[in-house]
Amino acid sequence: MVAVMLGRVVAGDVVRPAHVGAVTARDLTLIRSAGSYFWLVLSGFAEPLLYLLAVGWGVGSLVGAIPLEDGRSISYQAFIAPALLATSAMNGALAEATINFFAKLRYLKHYDSVLNTPVTPAEVAFGELMWATIRGALYSGAFLLVMIMMGLVTPWAALAAFPAALLICLAFSAVGLAMSTFMRDWSDFEYSGVVQFALFVFSGTFVPLSVFPEPARILVELTPLYHGVELTRAMTLGPLDSTSLVNLLYLLVLMVAATAVAARRMRRRLRR
Amino acid sequence: MTGISATPAVHGHGLATGEPVVRARSLVKRFGDITAVDGVDFTIRSGEAFGFLGRNGAGKTSTMRMIGCVSPPSDGRLTVLGMDPVREGASVRARLGVCPQEDNLDLELTARQNLTTYARYFRITRAEARRRADDLLRFVQLDDRAASKVEPLSGGMKRRLTIARALINDPEIVLLDEPTTGLDPQARHLVWERLFQLKQRGITLVLTTHYMEEAEQLCDRLVIMDGGRIVAQDAPRALIDAHCTKEVVELRFAAEDHESCADKLVGIGSHVEVLPDRLLLYTDDGDAIVPTVYERGLRPSGVLVRRSGLEDVFLHLTGRTLVEA
Repeated sequence: MVAVMLGRVVAGDVVRPAHVGAVTARDLTLIRSAGSYFWLVLSGFAEPLLYLLAVGWGVGSLVGAIPLEDGRSISYQAFIAPALLATSAMNGALAEATINFFAKLRYLKHYDSVLNTPVTPAEVAFGELMWATIRGALYSGAFLLVMIMMGLVTPWAALAAFPAALLICLAFSAVGLAMSTFMRDWSDFEYSGVVQFALFVFSGTFVPLSVFPEPARILVELTPLYHGVELTRAMTLGPLDSTSLVNLLYLLVLMVAATAVAARRMRRRLRR
Repeated sequence: MTGISATPAVHGHGLATGEPVVRARSLVKRFGDITAVDGVDFTIRSGEAFGFLGRNGAGKTSTMRMIGCVSPPSDGRLTVLGMDPVREGASVRARLGVCPQEDNLDLELTARQNLTTYARYFRITRAEARRRADDLLRFVQLDDRAASKVEPLSGGMKRRLTIARALINDPEIVLLDEPTTGLDPQARHLVWERLFQLKQRGITLVLTTHYMEEAEQLCDRLVIMDGGRIVAQDAPRALIDAHCTKEVVELRFAAEDHESCADKLVGIGSHVEVLPDRLLLYTDDGDAIVPTVYERGLRPSGVLVRRSGLEDVFLHLTGRTLVEA
């Protein structure tokens, strides 16, 4: 009931959990039935892992220990690991919500067949949101395991960081879906790829934001991955304070707004 | 009595045969400045096979999409299964089966998975979905390809799988947009056979086609559309009787001026039509008038007397010029 009402408000249309589940289930069938697809999904977290190893060890050996606000000091690798966790959550979500979703929407005409059933465009948007989030969760879950194994995070802190990673997945899935409804063709994804990379390197990932000049800092503070990085870092390294609440709200609002845009654009496109 | 049965036959879905299931009044569909469907009226009754005939761009697919509750009408009235296709779209779609023009099967899944995942959109339980999928795969003769991915299947197999998918929710009405376009004759006949079986089960079939043979074989009634309007509607035979003579004599001439030959034929049959490659002589008795052609001194290189068909009616009503959509 709550979900149905939430759907009404966010998507402006009926959203029934059974239909959303059916849309997600189709994508899950793919992973279950094709082992290779599972590895393809997991391979996506390799990128942040390579950064963790290369930059973490490489740059880490040059910069030495990083002092925290509470007086503790941590290795450079432990400093960038939460940021790379947020990045892998973003990458996983966007991988599904942009290129794959766009292909199903525009070229495979997949949703044309789905929408001949009682399923509505808003339910398709929610179902794909869930699936992209699951893919992001797989990326970030795998990355967290590596972090635990490398001693960069305690299992308890990892457990606390996982919900934060999930929220990042949800927000970026929604943004990806909304963005894809505006894409004209594949070349537009070149631009979105550049933006995605810029978010990755500038969101306080490798250096604290305080080293940037004032205007750049303000600009970064407006972008979503920064809030994701702040949140995962607070969850694993502390401290959790009122800015964490701002990060949380930012991602929640972004998720709701982007979902609303995606669901409405889907309806306009597919119910002509 | 006027031929209306006092106790209507009832089929599996509990709908009385002959009851209106789709009703369109002054139905209009516009896309920007283009009017795809320009005020059409028709009534489709349960258990019948109803055809939309027309060339590309005549408004068939737009009409089908409105009936399928995926495209809201721009104007006019439309009810499907007694419901409003916009407000009650989901409830209507739950009782429809749709076989679109382009196969949009899920290429990443197997044939069987295509059916079982589709079943979930109708909230059919997993066990029931599996049972129905197996039944339907047998029905369309694809049971031996159940575990095959869709990609390597032939065009005919894909189309049959799409038809099977359209039946997964045990629909009361099945919408088929050009069900046999692009299929080879064997594949086409197999599809016709299956559609005929569905019709015998009492399922209402609504199809678009530009194959006259398909329309004549499958449709109890049909409408001919041209430029978004309905230019004729009736049973196939009735349309032929109303718009055409019983027979057509096709005359071919070696290398002569067709127009001058046509002049010599004036008065024979009901009328003459000049085509680039042949002359058509419309008459109720072809064999009787062929001697007259020779008596007038014409020596055709080929003479064919045939029964008139829906194609003659179609071309007569919609013109012979090629309109590129």
